[in-house]
Amino acid sequence: MSSSPLRRTALDALHRSLGATMTDFAGWDMPLRYGSERDEHVAVRTKAGLFDLSHMGEITVTGPQAGRLLDYALVGDLSSVGIGRARYTMICREDGGILDDLIVYRLREQEYMVVANASNAQVVLDALVERSAGFDAEVRDDRDAYALLAIQGPESSGILTSLTDADLDGLKYYAGLPGTVAGVPALIARTGYTGEDGFELFVAPSDAEKLWQALTEAGASAGLVPCGLSCRDTLRLEAGMPLYGHELTTSLTPFDAGLGRVVKFAKEGDFVGREALREAASRAEQNPPRVLVGLVAQGRRVPRAGYAVVAGGEAVGEVTSGAPSPTLGKPIAMAYVDAAHAAPGTPGVGVDIRGNDEPYEVVALPFYRRQK
Amino acid sequence: MSNPQQLRYSKEHEWLSAAVDGVSTVGITEHAANALGDVVFVQLPEVGDTVTAGETCGELESTKSVSDLYCPVTGEVTEINQDVVDDPALVNSAPFEGGWLFKVRVAEEPADLLSADEYDAHIAG
Repeated sequence: MSSSPLRRTALDALHRSLGATMTDFAGWDMPLRYGSERDEHVAVRTKAGLFDLSHMGEITVTGPQAGRLLDYALVGDLSSVGIGRARYTMICREDGGILDDLIVYRLREQEYMVVANASNAQVVLDALVERSAGFDAEVRDDRDAYALLAIQGPESSGILTSLTDADLDGLKYYAGLPGTVAGVPALIARTGYTGEDGFELFVAPSDAEKLWQALTEAGASAGLVPCGLSCRDTLRLEAGMPLYGHELTTSLTPFDAGLGRVVKFAKEGDFVGREALREAASRAEQNPPRVLVGLVAQGRRVPRAGYAVVAGGEAVGEVTSGAPSPTLGKPIAMAYVDAAHAAPGTPGVGVDIRGNDEPYEVVALPFYRRQK
Repeated sequence: MSNPQQLRYSKEHEWLSAAVDGVSTVGITEHAANALGDVVFVQLPEVGDTVTAGETCGELESTKSVSDLYCPVTGEVTEINQDVVDDPALVNSAPFEGGWLFKVRVAEEPADLLSADEYDAHIAG
């Protein structure tokens, strides 16, 4: 870890006044939880939760060739994204290794906002700047230009409606539009990382506290609670969503992670990693590498990242994320497992939990899917 | 939070009650429970086990991590709290009461157990 002081979000004082337990996350001092992380998790599944995600890294790409640049720099087909829509995509190295997973919003004809993970924001920024050479487009570091609040959960739409004139009914999943919330200019996006309906609100840091307070007041009667990163992790795990550094790393291609669909070979022009990704795609088809699966505990001991998945006394995989699932009431994990043991229901699969082979059931992801 | 005056404490955040007929009760402090977050699984020693002061004698699993449970005294385990095994959340909701972990017939106490005031200073430091 670097010794530089932790960065604080615009809501830092507010978190402390709420009694949050703080944690170092990618160099940011972030709320881990305010009270019980399980209660926060359940609130998002059943009512609503409010998150400070200001550590996420915003990078703006503008100019006549902004779309072309992103087509070249990322694995997706970003010039085909409609204005006001968003796309989940990845940025890879020349060898196909994943540098980060991203959400890219197309704000205008010639303006995109790339949202990177906090831990990778500098790497993504550097790569975009380097890859922009020769394109008529500008890459701008906007990490300090935004605070990011997320309201997630089945009540979030009703709560937000009371604070904005924006057409939330017309705002589809993975879409974003500029608007005003509680008098504050915001980019309102219907995105999230919880498996629930919800919104992410990009605002000026100086407006963050006003917006947080307004959402807190508007949501109080609906059961909205402040939520920390601890429950964000269990929420995304139940929803089967990958986390960079766990399910996604530079030593894996999108095909290894079961996310080959984000790679758009049919798009126009070359892109970084194309050749290596072609090979990775055919390798995945002919000789599948380990497969990302879900594991559900039969016992109560919790698998953690790095624990071996075992079958017949042999290591056949490795846990990438594990936690007690509040929704299932049992420990769950995501793991990369040899293809021979990856089918749901494969018998005899366990996790080596500190020397004990604990039985686990192989299941398809996700563990949880909301009722629509 | 306040650490009960009648208990004594280890630097590893366990508490120990005054012995009744030679038997003391062991738990973890509210400070430790708060640091762990929601406890979801406890593994305790078994009745009849000999436990040794300063050595691990179980585990506490929370959402984010697993932590060793250290024994604050040396002795023989006489009882475990089945309620906390069945409902580990008791460790968070009542760490000094219903969330006790096990009872031990004390053979030997380490000299460095802390008073409530000393433990307050330890966790403030």
